[in-house]
Amino acid sequence: MQKKIVLDSQLLDITLNRLCQQLIEAHHDFSETVILGLQPRGIFLAELIHAKLKTLVKKQIPLGYLDATFHRDDFRRRDVPAKASETRIPFAIENKNVVLIDDVLFTGRTVRAALDAMIAFGRPAKVELLVLVDRTSTRDLPISADYVGKYVDTLESQKILVELVAQGHKQNKIWLINKD
Amino acid sequence: MSKLSQRHLLGIKNLTRQDIELIFETADNFKEVINRPIKKVPSLRDVTIANIFFENSTRTRLSFELAEKRLSADVINFSTSNSSVKKGETLLDTVNNILAMKVDMVVMRHASVGAPHFLAKHIKANIVNAGDGTHEHPTQALLDAFSIREKLGSVEGKKIAIIGDILHSRVALSNIFALKKLGAEVMVCGPPTLIPKFISSLGVKVEWEVQKALEWCDVANVLRIQLERQQIKYFPSLREYSLYYGITKKTLDDLKKDIVLMHPGPINRGVELTSDAADSHHSIILDQVENGVAVRMAVLYLLAGAN
Repeated sequence: MQKKIVLDSQLLDITLNRLCQQLIEAHHDFSETVILGLQPRGIFLAELIHAKLKTLVKKQIPLGYLDATFHRDDFRRRDVPAKASETRIPFAIENKNVVLIDDVLFTGRTVRAALDAMIAFGRPAKVELLVLVDRTSTRDLPISADYVGKYVDTLESQKILVELVAQGHKQNKIWLINKD
Repeated sequence: MSKLSQRHLLGIKNLTRQDIELIFETADNFKEVINRPIKKVPSLRDVTIANIFFENSTRTRLSFELAEKRLSADVINFSTSNSSVKKGETLLDTVNNILAMKVDMVVMRHASVGAPHFLAKHIKANIVNAGDGTHEHPTQALLDAFSIREKLGSVEGKKIAIIGDILHSRVALSNIFALKKLGAEVMVCGPPTLIPKFISSLGVKVEWEVQKALEWCDVANVLRIQLERQQIKYFPSLREYSLYYGITKKTLDDLKKDIVLMHPGPINRGVELTSDAADSHHSIILDQVENGVAVRMAVLYLLAGAN
Protein backbone atom coordinates (compact mmCIF):
# COMPACT_ATOMS: atom_id res chain seq x y z
CA MET A 1 0.00 0.00 0.00
CA GLN A 2 1.49 3.31 -1.10
CA LYS A 3 0.67 6.54 0.67
CA LYS A 4 1.29 10.02 -0.65
CA ILE A 5 0.65 13.30 1.14
CA VAL A 6 -1.94 15.51 -0.54
CA LEU A 7 -2.02 18.25 2.09
CA ASP A 8 0.10 18.49 5.20
CA SER A 9 -0.82 20.32 8.36
CA GLN A 10 0.57 23.69 7.27
CA LEU A 11 -0.89 23.60 3.76
CA LEU A 12 -4.24 22.44 5.14
CA ASP A 13 -4.36 25.46 7.42
CA ILE A 14 -3.63 27.81 4.52
CA THR A 15 -6.33 26.05 2.49
CA LEU A 16 -8.90 26.33 5.29
CA ASN A 17 -8.14 30.03 5.70
CA ARG A 18 -8.63 30.55 1.98
CA LEU A 19 -11.95 28.66 2.05
CA CYS A 20 -13.12 30.85 4.94
CA GLN A 21 -12.19 34.01 3.05
CA GLN A 22 -14.10 32.75 0.00
CA LEU A 23 -17.13 32.08 2.20
CA ILE A 24 -16.91 35.59 3.69
CA GLU A 25 -16.65 37.06 0.19
CA ALA A 26 -19.87 35.32 -0.83
CA HIS A 27 -21.84 35.52 2.42
CA HIS A 28 -20.72 38.89 3.87
CA ASP A 29 -21.99 38.99 7.48
CA PHE A 30 -23.57 35.50 7.41
CA SER A 31 -26.88 36.93 8.61
CA GLU A 32 -28.85 34.56 6.36
CA THR A 33 -26.35 31.70 6.24
CA VAL A 34 -26.24 28.38 8.07
CA ILE A 35 -23.62 25.63 7.94
CA LEU A 36 -24.42 21.93 7.72
CA GLY A 37 -21.67 19.34 8.16
CA LEU A 38 -22.31 15.98 6.52
CA GLN A 39 -22.10 12.93 8.77
CA PRO A 40 -19.99 11.06 9.53
CA ARG A 41 -16.71 12.75 8.52
CA GLY A 42 -17.75 16.14 7.17
CA ILE A 43 -18.72 17.38 10.61
CA PHE A 44 -15.11 17.65 11.79
CA LEU A 45 -14.25 19.88 8.86
CA ALA A 46 -17.46 21.85 9.37
CA GLU A 47 -16.48 22.45 13.00
CA LEU A 48 -13.01 23.63 11.99
CA ILE A 49 -14.40 26.07 9.44
CA HIS A 50 -17.12 27.18 11.82
CA ALA A 51 -14.53 27.99 14.51
CA LYS A 52 -12.33 29.90 12.07
CA LEU A 53 -15.28 31.91 10.73
CA LYS A 54 -16.30 32.78 14.26
CA THR A 55 -12.98 34.53 14.91
CA LEU A 56 -12.98 36.17 11.47
CA VAL A 57 -16.53 37.57 11.38
CA LYS A 58 -16.96 37.75 15.18
CA LYS A 59 -20.30 36.07 15.03
CA GLN A 60 -21.92 32.77 15.96
CA ILE A 61 -23.08 31.13 12.73
CA PRO A 62 -25.65 28.33 13.12
CA LEU A 63 -23.97 24.93 12.71
CA GLY A 64 -25.83 21.67 12.24
CA TYR A 65 -25.11 18.05 11.41
CA LEU A 66 -26.89 16.26 8.59
CA ASP A 67 -26.95 12.49 8.15
CA ALA A 68 -28.04 11.19 4.74
CA THR A 69 -27.97 7.45 5.50
CA PHE A 70 -31.72 6.91 5.15
CA HIS A 71 -31.72 8.72 1.80
CA ARG A 72 -28.88 6.73 0.22
CA ASP A 73 -29.53 5.01 -3.10
CA ASP A 74 -27.61 1.82 -2.27
CA PHE A 75 -29.95 0.45 0.42
CA ARG A 76 -30.45 -3.32 -0.11
CA ARG A 77 -27.54 -3.24 -2.56
CA ARG A 78 -24.87 -3.69 0.09
CA ASP A 79 -24.23 -6.61 2.42
CA VAL A 80 -24.66 -4.57 5.57
CA PRO A 81 -27.13 -1.71 6.00
CA ALA A 82 -25.35 1.63 6.27
CA LYS A 83 -25.08 2.79 9.86
CA ALA A 84 -26.79 6.08 10.56
CA SER A 85 -25.34 8.96 12.56
CA GLU A 86 -26.98 11.79 14.40
CA THR A 87 -28.79 14.56 12.54
CA ARG A 88 -28.96 17.74 14.58
CA ILE A 89 -30.34 20.88 12.99
CA PRO A 90 -31.56 23.05 15.87
CA PHE A 91 -32.57 25.96 13.62
CA ALA A 92 -34.82 26.58 10.61
CA ILE A 93 -33.25 26.32 7.15
CA GLU A 94 -36.29 27.78 5.38
CA ASN A 95 -35.17 30.68 3.14
CA LYS A 96 -31.60 30.47 4.45
CA ASN A 97 -28.38 30.11 2.49
CA VAL A 98 -27.08 26.67 3.36
CA VAL A 99 -23.40 25.73 3.05
CA LEU A 100 -23.05 21.93 3.02
CA ILE A 101 -19.62 20.78 4.10
CA ASP A 102 -18.01 17.40 3.46
CA ASP A 103 -14.42 16.22 3.48
CA VAL A 104 -14.19 14.44 0.12
CA LEU A 105 -16.33 14.69 -3.02
CA PHE A 106 -16.08 11.35 -4.81
CA THR A 107 -19.07 9.93 -6.74
CA GLY A 108 -21.50 12.66 -5.70
CA ARG A 109 -24.01 10.13 -4.38
CA THR A 110 -23.68 11.18 -0.75
CA VAL A 111 -24.28 14.80 -1.73
CA ARG A 112 -27.35 13.77 -3.75
CA ALA A 113 -28.70 11.92 -0.70
CA ALA A 114 -27.83 14.85 1.56
CA LEU A 115 -29.77 17.30 -0.63
CA ASP A 116 -32.81 15.04 -0.30
CA ALA A 117 -32.36 14.67 3.45
CA MET A 118 -31.96 18.43 3.87
CA ILE A 119 -35.20 19.24 2.02
CA ALA A 120 -37.09 17.40 4.79
CA PHE A 121 -36.25 20.35 7.04
CA GLY A 122 -37.53 23.10 4.76
CA ARG A 123 -36.81 24.96 1.54
CA PRO A 124 -33.54 26.85 1.66
CA ALA A 125 -33.06 29.94 -0.50
CA LYS A 126 -29.75 28.67 -1.80
CA VAL A 127 -27.53 25.65 -1.22
CA GLU A 128 -23.78 25.54 -1.78
CA LEU A 129 -21.26 22.76 -1.36
CA LEU A 130 -17.82 23.05 0.21
CA VAL A 131 -15.38 20.15 0.11
CA LEU A 132 -11.80 19.82 1.20
CA VAL A 133 -10.81 17.41 -1.56
CA ASP A 134 -12.55 17.19 -4.92
CA ARG A 135 -11.71 13.91 -6.62
CA THR A 136 -12.06 14.86 -10.27
CA SER A 137 -13.14 12.34 -12.91
CA THR A 138 -14.79 9.89 -10.49
CA ARG A 139 -18.24 11.48 -10.45
CA ASP A 140 -21.33 9.31 -11.04
CA LEU A 141 -23.76 12.22 -10.91
CA PRO A 142 -23.77 15.78 -12.26
CA ILE A 143 -22.71 17.37 -8.97
CA SER A 144 -19.92 19.88 -8.41
CA ALA A 145 -18.66 21.83 -5.42
CA ASP A 146 -18.76 25.63 -5.04
CA TYR A 147 -15.72 25.83 -2.76
CA VAL A 148 -12.88 23.35 -3.12
CA GLY A 149 -9.80 22.96 -0.93
CA LYS A 150 -7.83 20.94 -3.44
CA TYR A 151 -8.56 19.20 -6.72
CA VAL A 152 -7.01 15.75 -6.92
CA ASP A 153 -7.18 13.58 -10.01
CA THR A 154 -7.67 10.04 -8.75
CA LEU A 155 -8.57 6.58 -9.94
CA GLU A 156 -11.64 4.89 -8.49
CA SER A 157 -9.41 2.27 -6.91
CA GLN A 158 -7.48 4.91 -4.97
CA LYS A 159 -8.59 6.32 -1.66
CA ILE A 160 -8.35 9.71 -0.01
CA LEU A 161 -7.71 9.53 3.70
CA VAL A 162 -8.46 12.59 5.80
CA GLU A 163 -6.81 12.64 9.22
CA LEU A 164 -7.83 15.50 11.49
CA VAL A 165 -6.74 16.23 15.02
CA ALA A 166 -10.42 16.48 15.95
CA GLN A 167 -10.82 12.83 14.91
CA GLY A 168 -8.05 11.77 17.27
CA HIS A 169 -5.02 11.98 14.98
CA LYS A 170 -1.73 13.58 15.93
CA GLN A 171 -1.65 16.02 13.01
CA ASN A 172 -3.97 17.25 10.30
CA LYS A 173 -2.99 15.38 7.15
CA ILE A 174 -4.61 14.34 3.89
CA TRP A 175 -3.30 11.23 2.15
CA LEU A 176 -3.75 9.65 -1.25
CA ILE A 177 -3.65 5.87 -0.91
CA ASN A 178 -3.00 3.36 -3.68
CA LYS A 179 -4.65 0.04 -2.99
CA ASP A 180 -2.79 -2.92 -4.39
CA MET B 1 -21.01 -4.47 13.03
CA SER B 2 -24.06 -2.74 11.74
CA LYS B 3 -25.94 -5.89 10.87
CA LEU B 4 -28.30 -8.04 12.92
CA SER B 5 -27.31 -11.64 13.58
CA GLN B 6 -30.78 -12.76 12.43
CA ARG B 7 -32.76 -12.58 9.17
CA HIS B 8 -36.06 -12.53 11.06
CA LEU B 9 -37.26 -11.02 14.30
CA LEU B 10 -39.01 -14.03 15.80
CA GLY B 11 -38.26 -13.34 19.43
CA ILE B 12 -35.85 -11.60 21.76
CA LYS B 13 -34.52 -15.03 22.75
CA ASN B 14 -32.62 -15.29 19.44
CA LEU B 15 -31.09 -11.80 19.62
CA THR B 16 -27.69 -10.92 21.02
CA ARG B 17 -27.04 -7.92 23.22
CA GLN B 18 -25.20 -6.34 20.25
CA ASP B 19 -28.33 -6.81 18.10
CA ILE B 20 -30.46 -5.02 20.68
CA GLU B 21 -27.97 -2.18 21.01
CA LEU B 22 -27.76 -1.79 17.23
CA ILE B 23 -31.56 -1.58 17.08
CA PHE B 24 -31.52 1.11 19.79
CA GLU B 25 -28.83 3.18 18.09
CA THR B 26 -30.73 3.00 14.80
CA ALA B 27 -33.99 3.84 16.60
CA ASP B 28 -32.36 6.97 18.08
CA ASN B 29 -31.87 8.23 14.54
CA PHE B 30 -35.41 7.32 13.51
CA LYS B 31 -36.82 9.07 16.56
CA GLU B 32 -35.18 12.23 15.25
CA VAL B 33 -36.65 11.53 11.78
CA ILE B 34 -40.24 11.22 13.08
CA ASN B 35 -39.91 14.58 14.80
CA ARG B 36 -38.89 16.39 11.60
CA PRO B 37 -41.28 18.65 9.70
CA ILE B 38 -41.25 15.97 6.95
CA LYS B 39 -41.30 12.68 8.79
CA LYS B 40 -40.57 10.36 5.93
CA VAL B 41 -37.39 8.81 4.53
CA PRO B 42 -37.13 6.81 1.30
CA SER B 43 -35.06 3.83 2.56
CA LEU B 44 -37.63 1.09 1.99
CA ARG B 45 -39.20 2.48 -1.19
CA ASP B 46 -38.66 -0.76 -3.12
CA VAL B 47 -39.86 -2.99 -0.28
CA THR B 48 -43.37 -4.37 0.08
CA ILE B 49 -44.56 -5.40 3.52
CA ALA B 50 -47.62 -7.44 4.42
CA ASN B 51 -49.12 -6.94 7.86
CA ILE B 52 -50.93 -10.16 8.63
CA PHE B 53 -52.95 -10.08 11.81
CA PHE B 54 -54.70 -13.27 12.87
CA GLU B 55 -55.47 -11.68 16.23
CA ASN B 56 -56.94 -8.33 17.18
CA SER B 57 -54.59 -5.40 17.51
CA THR B 58 -54.88 -1.65 17.38
CA ARG B 59 -51.69 -0.15 18.71
CA THR B 60 -49.21 -2.67 17.31
CA ARG B 61 -50.79 -2.74 13.86
CA LEU B 62 -51.03 1.05 13.60
CA SER B 63 -47.51 1.43 14.91
CA PHE B 64 -46.10 -1.05 12.38
CA GLU B 65 -48.08 0.50 9.56
CA LEU B 66 -46.90 3.98 10.46
CA ALA B 67 -43.30 2.77 10.76
CA GLU B 68 -43.54 1.15 7.32
CA LYS B 69 -45.05 4.25 5.74
CA ARG B 70 -42.47 6.55 7.33
CA LEU B 71 -39.84 4.35 5.63
CA SER B 72 -41.71 4.64 2.29
CA ALA B 73 -42.47 0.91 2.05
CA ASP B 74 -45.54 -0.31 0.18
CA VAL B 75 -47.95 -1.76 2.71
CA ILE B 76 -50.75 -4.28 2.47
CA ASN B 77 -52.93 -5.10 5.44
CA PHE B 78 -54.70 -8.30 6.13
CA SER B 79 -56.78 -9.35 9.06
CA THR B 80 -58.64 -12.59 9.51
CA SER B 81 -62.08 -11.10 10.00
CA ASN B 82 -62.45 -10.43 6.26
CA SER B 83 -60.27 -13.11 4.70
CA SER B 84 -60.31 -16.60 3.22
CA VAL B 85 -58.90 -18.00 6.46
CA LYS B 86 -62.54 -18.14 7.47
CA LYS B 87 -63.12 -20.38 4.44
CA GLY B 88 -60.57 -22.90 5.72
CA GLU B 89 -57.27 -21.88 4.10
CA THR B 90 -54.11 -22.95 5.95
CA LEU B 91 -51.58 -20.45 7.32
CA LEU B 92 -48.90 -21.51 4.85
CA ASP B 93 -51.26 -21.26 1.87
CA THR B 94 -52.47 -17.84 2.96
CA VAL B 95 -48.94 -16.51 3.34
CA ASN B 96 -47.66 -18.14 0.15
CA ASN B 97 -50.47 -16.51 -1.78
CA ILE B 98 -49.54 -13.15 -0.35
CA LEU B 99 -45.87 -13.73 -1.12
CA ALA B 100 -46.73 -14.70 -4.73
CA MET B 101 -47.74 -11.06 -5.11
CA LYS B 102 -44.05 -10.18 -4.54
CA VAL B 103 -44.02 -9.25 -0.89
CA ASP B 104 -40.59 -8.91 0.76
CA MET B 105 -41.45 -8.84 4.45
CA VAL B 106 -44.20 -10.22 6.63
CA VAL B 107 -45.27 -8.75 9.95
CA MET B 108 -47.46 -11.33 11.64
CA ARG B 109 -49.52 -11.67 14.77
CA HIS B 110 -50.97 -15.07 15.49
CA ALA B 111 -52.77 -16.68 18.42
CA SER B 112 -50.62 -19.83 18.18
CA VAL B 113 -47.25 -20.00 19.85
CA GLY B 114 -44.49 -20.55 17.28
CA ALA B 115 -46.51 -19.58 14.19
CA PRO B 116 -43.84 -17.14 12.94
CA HIS B 117 -41.09 -19.70 13.63
CA PHE B 118 -43.00 -22.21 11.50
CA LEU B 119 -43.35 -19.67 8.69
CA ALA B 120 -39.66 -18.75 8.85
CA LYS B 121 -38.80 -22.36 8.03
CA HIS B 122 -41.00 -22.40 4.93
CA ILE B 123 -40.82 -19.01 3.27
CA LYS B 124 -38.10 -16.69 1.99
CA ALA B 125 -39.44 -13.31 3.14
CA ASN B 126 -38.16 -11.67 6.34
CA ILE B 127 -40.58 -12.23 9.20
CA VAL B 128 -41.28 -9.95 12.11
CA ASN B 129 -43.22 -11.46 14.98
CA ALA B 130 -45.86 -9.01 16.16
CA GLY B 131 -46.96 -11.36 18.93
CA ASP B 132 -47.46 -15.13 18.90
CA GLY B 133 -49.98 -16.30 21.48
CA THR B 134 -48.61 -16.21 25.01
CA HIS B 135 -45.01 -16.62 23.80
CA GLU B 136 -43.15 -13.50 22.59
CA HIS B 137 -43.83 -9.95 21.47
CA PRO B 138 -40.31 -8.81 20.60
CA THR B 139 -40.97 -5.29 19.32
CA GLN B 140 -42.92 -4.43 22.48
CA ALA B 141 -39.99 -5.55 24.64
CA LEU B 142 -37.58 -3.57 22.49
CA LEU B 143 -39.64 -0.40 22.77
CA ASP B 144 -40.07 -0.93 26.53
CA ALA B 145 -36.32 -1.31 27.04
CA PHE B 146 -35.67 1.61 24.67
CA SER B 147 -38.04 3.79 26.73
CA ILE B 148 -36.27 2.81 29.98
CA ARG B 149 -32.91 3.62 28.37
CA GLU B 150 -34.27 6.97 27.23
CA LYS B 151 -35.75 7.85 30.61
CA LEU B 152 -33.00 6.53 32.90
CA GLY B 153 -29.94 6.74 30.63
CA SER B 154 -29.36 3.00 30.49
CA VAL B 155 -30.93 -0.35 31.28
CA GLU B 156 -27.83 -1.95 32.79
CA GLY B 157 -28.13 -2.41 36.55
CA LYS B 158 -31.68 -1.03 36.75
CA LYS B 159 -34.35 -2.85 38.73
CA ILE B 160 -37.47 -3.57 36.75
CA ALA B 161 -40.64 -5.13 38.14
CA ILE B 162 -43.13 -6.65 35.74
CA ILE B 163 -46.47 -6.69 37.49
CA GLY B 164 -49.71 -8.46 36.62
CA ASP B 165 -50.72 -11.42 34.48
CA ILE B 166 -47.29 -12.94 33.79
CA LEU B 167 -48.71 -16.34 32.87
CA HIS B 168 -50.59 -15.21 29.76
CA SER B 169 -48.29 -12.37 28.77
CA ARG B 170 -46.01 -12.49 25.75
CA VAL B 171 -44.90 -8.99 26.70
CA ALA B 172 -43.57 -10.32 30.02
CA LEU B 173 -41.49 -13.11 28.46
CA SER B 174 -39.98 -10.88 25.77
CA ASN B 175 -39.31 -8.19 28.36
CA ILE B 176 -37.52 -10.65 30.63
CA PHE B 177 -35.26 -11.79 27.78
CA ALA B 178 -34.51 -8.24 26.62
CA LEU B 179 -33.90 -6.76 30.07
CA LYS B 180 -31.72 -9.65 31.23
CA LYS B 181 -29.62 -9.43 28.05
CA LEU B 182 -29.13 -5.72 28.70
CA GLY B 183 -27.97 -6.37 32.25
CA ALA B 184 -31.03 -5.32 34.27
CA GLU B 185 -32.39 -7.00 37.37
CA VAL B 186 -35.90 -8.28 36.76
CA MET B 187 -38.69 -9.17 39.17
CA VAL B 188 -42.11 -10.53 38.30
CA CYS B 189 -45.03 -9.83 40.60
CA GLY B 190 -48.63 -11.01 40.58
CA PRO B 191 -51.03 -13.44 42.18
CA PRO B 192 -49.37 -16.89 42.50
CA THR B 193 -51.89 -18.33 40.04
CA LEU B 194 -50.75 -15.91 37.34
CA ILE B 195 -47.02 -16.55 37.77
CA PRO B 196 -45.66 -19.45 35.67
CA LYS B 197 -44.23 -22.28 37.76
CA PHE B 198 -40.59 -22.31 36.76
CA ILE B 199 -40.17 -18.65 35.87
CA SER B 200 -37.31 -18.17 38.35
CA SER B 201 -35.19 -20.42 36.12
CA LEU B 202 -35.02 -17.43 33.73
CA GLY B 203 -33.10 -15.61 36.42
CA VAL B 204 -35.90 -13.38 37.69
CA LYS B 205 -37.06 -12.69 41.22
CA VAL B 206 -40.62 -13.60 42.13
CA GLU B 207 -42.72 -11.45 44.46
CA TRP B 208 -46.37 -11.83 45.35
CA GLU B 209 -46.91 -8.52 47.10
CA VAL B 210 -47.14 -5.53 44.84
CA GLN B 211 -46.11 -3.07 47.55
CA LYS B 212 -42.79 -4.88 48.06
CA ALA B 213 -42.20 -4.99 44.30
CA LEU B 214 -42.79 -1.24 44.01
CA GLU B 215 -40.45 -0.51 46.91
CA TRP B 216 -37.73 -2.60 45.25
CA CYS B 217 -37.92 -1.37 41.66
CA ASP B 218 -36.79 1.63 39.60
CA VAL B 219 -39.33 0.87 36.90
CA ALA B 220 -42.73 -0.82 37.18
CA ASN B 221 -44.04 -2.31 33.95
CA VAL B 222 -47.69 -3.06 34.64
CA LEU B 223 -49.51 -5.59 32.48
CA ARG B 224 -53.15 -6.08 31.66
CA ILE B 225 -55.15 -9.05 32.92
CA GLN B 226 -55.72 -11.03 29.75
CA LEU B 227 -59.24 -12.26 30.41
CA GLU B 228 -59.58 -13.41 26.79
CA ARG B 229 -56.84 -15.99 27.33
CA GLN B 230 -58.13 -17.24 30.67
CA GLN B 231 -60.34 -20.28 30.35
CA ILE B 232 -60.56 -20.80 34.09
CA LYS B 233 -60.72 -18.39 37.04
CA TYR B 234 -57.31 -17.44 38.35
CA PHE B 235 -58.57 -15.01 40.99
CA PRO B 236 -61.96 -14.48 42.65
CA SER B 237 -62.98 -11.22 40.95
CA LEU B 238 -61.59 -8.21 39.08
CA ARG B 239 -62.60 -6.08 42.03
CA GLU B 240 -60.50 -8.19 44.34
CA TYR B 241 -57.59 -8.17 41.89
CA SER B 242 -57.63 -4.39 41.68
CA LEU B 243 -57.88 -4.15 45.47
CA TYR B 244 -54.72 -6.24 45.98
CA TYR B 245 -52.74 -5.56 42.79
CA GLY B 246 -54.12 -2.32 41.41
CA ILE B 247 -51.69 0.61 41.52
CA THR B 248 -52.97 4.03 42.52
CA LYS B 249 -51.32 7.43 42.42
CA LYS B 250 -51.26 7.36 46.21
CA THR B 251 -49.25 4.10 46.26
CA LEU B 252 -46.73 5.72 43.92
CA ASP B 253 -46.58 9.03 45.81
CA ASP B 254 -46.14 7.23 49.14
CA LEU B 255 -42.98 5.45 47.94
CA LYS B 256 -39.73 6.89 49.24
CA LYS B 257 -38.37 7.31 45.70
CA ASP B 258 -39.60 8.25 42.23
CA ILE B 259 -40.26 5.24 40.06
CA VAL B 260 -41.11 5.07 36.37
CA LEU B 261 -44.48 3.62 35.46
CA MET B 262 -44.97 1.76 32.19
CA HIS B 263 -47.82 -0.13 30.55
CA PRO B 264 -47.86 -1.79 27.11
CA GLY B 265 -51.55 -0.96 26.61
CA PRO B 266 -54.42 -1.33 26.32
CA ILE B 267 -54.94 -0.15 29.91
CA ASN B 268 -57.91 -1.39 31.86
CA ARG B 269 -58.35 1.76 33.90
CA GLY B 270 -59.49 0.96 37.41
CA VAL B 271 -58.17 -2.61 37.28
CA GLU B 272 -54.36 -2.76 37.15
CA LEU B 273 -53.92 1.02 37.19
CA THR B 274 -56.20 3.76 38.40
CA SER B 275 -56.69 6.70 36.07
CA ASP B 276 -54.76 9.11 38.27
CA ALA B 277 -51.77 6.73 38.33
CA ALA B 278 -51.82 6.17 34.56
CA ASP B 279 -51.91 9.94 33.93
CA SER B 280 -49.43 10.88 36.67
CA HIS B 281 -45.91 12.27 36.16
CA HIS B 282 -44.54 8.79 36.88
CA SER B 283 -46.05 7.43 33.70
CA ILE B 284 -44.15 7.19 30.39
CA ILE B 285 -46.95 5.25 28.71
CA LEU B 286 -47.35 7.68 25.80
CA ASP B 287 -43.57 7.92 25.31
CA GLN B 288 -43.64 4.15 24.89
CA VAL B 289 -46.13 4.56 22.06
CA GLU B 290 -44.01 7.19 20.31
CA ASN B 291 -40.86 5.09 20.75
CA GLY B 292 -42.73 2.11 19.31
CA VAL B 293 -42.77 3.68 15.86
CA ALA B 294 -39.04 4.53 15.97
CA VAL B 295 -38.05 1.08 17.25
CA ARG B 296 -40.16 -0.68 14.61
CA MET B 297 -38.63 1.51 11.90
CA ALA B 298 -35.19 0.43 13.12
CA VAL B 299 -36.14 -3.27 13.08
CA LEU B 300 -37.61 -3.07 9.57
CA TYR B 301 -34.68 -1.03 8.27
CA LEU B 302 -32.07 -3.41 9.66
CA LEU B 303 -33.87 -6.55 8.47
CA ALA B 304 -34.67 -5.21 4.99
CA GLY B 305 -31.15 -3.89 4.45
CA ALA B 306 -29.35 -7.10 5.32
CA ASN B 307 -29.94 -9.09 2.16
